[in-house]
Amino acid sequence: MANIAPQLYALLVFMVIGSIVAIETRNLLSAVISVSAVGFALSVAFLFLGAPDIAITQLVVEVLVLIILIRGTILLDNTAVDTHRDTLAVVTSLIFFGLILGFGAMIFGSRGFPEFGEPVMRVSKVYVQTGLPATYAANIVTAVILDFRAYDTLGEATVLFTSILGALALLRREGKVSREEVVAA
Amino acid sequence: MTVYFLCVVLLTMGLYCLVAKKNIVKKVIGIVIMDYAVNLYLIIIGYKTGGVAPIIEADMPLSTLERFVDPLPQALVLTSIVIGLGVMSLMVAMCIRLYEKHGTFDMSVISKLRG
Amino acid sequence: MKGMTLIVKTITDFVAGFIVIFGAYIVLYGHLTPGGGFAGGVIVACAFILLMLAHGADVAFSKLPEKVAHVMDSAGALAFLGIGWFGLTAGFFFMNTFGRGEMFKLFSSGMILPFNIAIAFKVGSSLFLVFSALAIFRRRSFRAMIEDELA
Repeated sequence: MANIAPQLYALLVFMVIGSIVAIETRNLLSAVISVSAVGFALSVAFLFLGAPDIAITQLVVEVLVLIILIRGTILLDNTAVDTHRDTLAVVTSLIFFGLILGFGAMIFGSRGFPEFGEPVMRVSKVYVQTGLPATYAANIVTAVILDFRAYDTLGEATVLFTSILGALALLRREGKVSREEVVAA
Repeated sequence: MTVYFLCVVLLTMGLYCLVAKKNIVKKVIGIVIMDYAVNLYLIIIGYKTGGVAPIIEADMPLSTLERFVDPLPQALVLTSIVIGLGVMSLMVAMCIRLYEKHGTFDMSVISKLRG
Repeated sequence: MKGMTLIVKTITDFVAGFIVIFGAYIVLYGHLTPGGGFAGGVIVACAFILLMLAHGADVAFSKLPEKVAHVMDSAGALAFLGIGWFGLTAGFFFMNTFGRGEMFKLFSSGMILPFNIAIAFKVGSSLFLVFSALAIFRRRSFRAMIEDELA
């Protein structure tokens, strides 16, 4: 397969520009739609990086993120954003983020960090070589998450269960009033 | 190297949006952007030049196994994406409750202590 | 909540069944092609959310009642854990003890297929429940705000 770096750069620049639009715009609906555009570009980037599993999951999850964000917040009447800004917070955060970026550049340019396109793959070599004979699953990613590392998937199922339970508990209306409201609706 | 650096720029922009904006929905959007940046970074680390997706087909020569990209970061990111969806729905539920109690999305109004 | 226009309702009637079948395909063939339990579960939840958006909450709850969704959610999580305990009989926790079958066929690779089905049930019903809670909460809260203003 040819070098994917030009396409990847183009997608990354698109994502950065989309995030800038999402952060700085005043209308909440535009911000939500920009973030969804970033998510769809991310799904295409996953396809270029050889991860079709992740691309499918990111695509459908992005659709649900868009639906939940719009449904939950835009239909409330408050689409304008409060505009007086707090200069101390902005300046301090910009200084710290400059420090983070400089530190990141120092790490990524150093000699110990693997180059883009040459992963270390010390553990994954075993998974790729023995994935099919040991589990008879042709999809190595599924074999990793459901056979070699099934314990991590148990942790993920627990976190998902807990967060959805928390959301359901927050959105509950107690008492008998709700039933009459539903009947009258 | 520049690819990693652009990922860190995306993460930093999400962090800036989370810290410096007053609207709660903008803060949620900042967390979503940070989620995207971290998942992208993990997949980029596992990429091999000229690599193919790690799925074995029935009539594949054995030499293609050398060209697979790293499947381990993909396994981690797969669960991370769905967890991000669950946590974001919890945050939106909190936003709705806060709006119902205080009547606004503005954080500086909500965070004043009332007697 | 009210539904949408007639065009949306007609198209939904055609398409919703195919979305469920597509989601089931992605779940069941998760060990042979890209996909798996998570993506397939989210797709099945999207089909029911489409029903709720197009026709209204009553039609969606007549197809999948709330209590059934809660039971499916918990049953999926317990089934995942139970199948993992089953591996303890032959070795360690989560060891793949079912028969392997032949390569590249649907019923192969031991416990991976039941795991995918359990995860699809869990993820699908969870996301449907949380979206229905958001939608219904919107309706009640709006009505409460209007009644507070009129009173």
